[in-house]
Amino acid sequence: MGSALPVVTALREFLPERAILHEEEDTRPYECDGLTAYRQLPMVVAMPETIEQVQRILKTCSSMKVPVVPRGAGTGLSGGALPPGDGVLLSMAKFMRVLRIDPLSRLAVVQPGVRNAVVSELAAPFGLYYAPDPSSQIACTIGGNVSENSGGVHCLKYGLTLHNVLGMRGFTIDGEPIELGSEALDSAGYDLLALAIGSEGMLMVVTEVTLKLLPKPQCARVIMASFDDVEKAGAAVADIIAAGLVPAGLEMMDRPATRAVEQFVSAGYDLEAAAILLCESDGTAEEVEDEIARMKAVLERAGATRMTVSRDEAERLRFWSGRKAAFPAVGRISPDYYCMDGTIPRKRLGEVLTFIAAMEKKYGLRCPNVFHAGDGNLHPLILFDANDPDQLHRTEQFAAEVLEKCVAVGGTITGEHGVGVEKINQMCVQFGAAELALFRAVKLAFDPHGLLNPGKAVPTLARCSEYGGMRVHGGKLAHPDLPRF
Amino acid sequence: MIEQLQEKIRQAAQARAALRLRGGGTKDFYGNALRGEVLDTRAYAGIVAYEPTELVVTAKCGTALSELEATLSANQQMLPFEPPRFGAGATVGGCVAAGLSGPRRASAGALRDFVLGVKLIDGRGQVLNFGGQVMKNVAGYDVSRLIAGSLGTLGLIAEVSLKLAPAPAHGMTLVLEAPQARALELMNRWAGQPLPLSASAWHDGELSVRLSGSAAAVRAAATALGGESTDAGFWSGVREHTDAFFTGEEPLWRLSVPSTTPPLELEGRQLIEWNGALRWLKSGMPANAVREAARRVKGHATLFRAADKQVACFPPLEPVVERLHRQLKAAFDPAGIFNPGRMLAER
Repeated sequence: MGSALPVVTALREFLPERAILHEEEDTRPYECDGLTAYRQLPMVVAMPETIEQVQRILKTCSSMKVPVVPRGAGTGLSGGALPPGDGVLLSMAKFMRVLRIDPLSRLAVVQPGVRNAVVSELAAPFGLYYAPDPSSQIACTIGGNVSENSGGVHCLKYGLTLHNVLGMRGFTIDGEPIELGSEALDSAGYDLLALAIGSEGMLMVVTEVTLKLLPKPQCARVIMASFDDVEKAGAAVADIIAAGLVPAGLEMMDRPATRAVEQFVSAGYDLEAAAILLCESDGTAEEVEDEIARMKAVLERAGATRMTVSRDEAERLRFWSGRKAAFPAVGRISPDYYCMDGTIPRKRLGEVLTFIAAMEKKYGLRCPNVFHAGDGNLHPLILFDANDPDQLHRTEQFAAEVLEKCVAVGGTITGEHGVGVEKINQMCVQFGAAELALFRAVKLAFDPHGLLNPGKAVPTLARCSEYGGMRVHGGKLAHPDLPRF
Repeated sequence: MIEQLQEKIRQAAQARAALRLRGGGTKDFYGNALRGEVLDTRAYAGIVAYEPTELVVTAKCGTALSELEATLSANQQMLPFEPPRFGAGATVGGCVAAGLSGPRRASAGALRDFVLGVKLIDGRGQVLNFGGQVMKNVAGYDVSRLIAGSLGTLGLIAEVSLKLAPAPAHGMTLVLEAPQARALELMNRWAGQPLPLSASAWHDGELSVRLSGSAAAVRAAATALGGESTDAGFWSGVREHTDAFFTGEEPLWRLSVPSTTPPLELEGRQLIEWNGALRWLKSGMPANAVREAARRVKGHATLFRAADKQVACFPPLEPVVERLHRQLKAAFDPAGIFNPGRMLAER
């Protein structure tokens, strides 16, 4: 590892002392993001306060060939903001300004350090909101959301971050200003905006984001439906879609998950049900009334043993509170848990659940399941005790088998949490050498020396050839109090 | 069959011979002048997978767009971005390569928003798979959406997976009289309200809006908005450019601008879509003047259809962005064989 001194000296030329952290006691809080199993002390943390400082940091680092890792709130779950031991962790936390809300144009222009939930709060007086709602939305920032292409519980109807960003400005690693997208609905040339969103901070550093705002639905109601069999609940999800319905949210939790949650928040879940579905309708009062009736009819035919429709907003939020608290609740019944993020075609849900149940037996570990059922995005939570090396080892094996199963049934290793450092080995399972080579070529087009967030998301071929006996490492969450998806 | 396409591409790459990727040829007019030997994609056709309960369809590039849409329609589903066909022969591959969206774009999203994955043959003749058939997928860079709208310059889109939506149960088109400025204000104001709007257009003092959704929601919105109910056939004329507005000898310009941009005082005729964000202009104005007018309002102008293409169809890119374009092009197509010059001038 190189010495921090040359970089610190160069940064001191234009950054105030308070914006440069390099003593261990100051850099220690930045050693990991939400995936605490991976830790690395950054050589230097830079906390710029102006756009010009961001540009100069990048120019300085690229000319010195020093790696740079951008970081938002550090709530990411895949180690995407794991710091560089030989470089600069670029904290965008000071960029907290909402620059403009334009209600007639239905957009918000924000800095990357603005928290996700703040956008909807500020848009609310205009009857508007920002749709993507990752469950960490009270803490996570728009810059991080853009890097990860974050989702939430309303993706099926309202899309991911990608579908709700109009444009962004920032810098390349060389400090060249770059603007992608605009306030118009499209731009000339290749869709570099789509390429940059979800690129895990590897292509550019974002300093300003233009977000699309949507009219807030007049009303929303949610059905809580019980099933005596997990596969029946899975089939009910397909039936809802087949009936031409697109619920605003469609979530599933199995009994181990509802039982864990109910001790933690009293959401009023049916604890005898093998699985429950939460199926939400939003829109005008007429639309919601019509849709809820159709959803109930489908769920009934699919074998729901019990159904409760939220009577008011308080009850609707109570039903959701359990789902949103699923991760922290599980954190209370087990010393550690490992969260997976695979996505599968909905029709394979039953098969994958059966597979997970078999893995529970094989590895002797429990695994409650919560899903964004509407989009086929699974979050199985393997319960283990990290103090027991054998349990940790079995968890790693369990998780790797489940992710590889997701790929085998035509799905993906990550639906919304990103690859980061965590799932980099599984990238070798999902993609072939030719695709990985092209990803690297894309990276080099933006960042010829590979200085921006190096070592994340795209494995080298050498790494893939080594991967075999080696398996993904288990992770433990920071901020266990935060609700997450 | 895909091997034959790969083989032709390999040979062309070796000879550094330009290939003109072509489906039905319905969008030959779009982009800069074409050159190279035609590589016809139509034989590689058919729906690979379609299960209505997944809301996803995967089709080979040569599949007729009309056939795909008929199949979806039989299952009460649709391509939410309402792509223009511009002719009976339009194919799925051409549709994705052109990246164009129709009247529903402002409310439902653009073509690229619904691309979930592609099977691509790159300029080395390799078959590459990006994205997939699932709704949420953040593994690797989002190459499949980069491919959408790249005009066949990065590779041959052999297969594509698209997200679908249920077809709305009911629809109604309303027409109101409104001068342009008033129409722009109304479209933007309504777009910020929870109304079941699925399209809007203004031309020659008439504002048309389409409502789609449940019968009750459409009825309630129609009462709130006012205006006269009219024939929904209007939208296919706008989508397919068969409406009388699009006839005439003058070049057709496509101006993509922020939706609240005030009326653009330009010589010629205009038709507005997408709540004001898309302005079609039939005008003989000099290209530089049109481009400058669009640039001033932070938009861009494309020479969409013209008898004579003396000027570049697409506006110049910022130098950093242009450099990235050229590097990406070189990464996907090192020999520069795919549709050279169709998007960016050759160098």
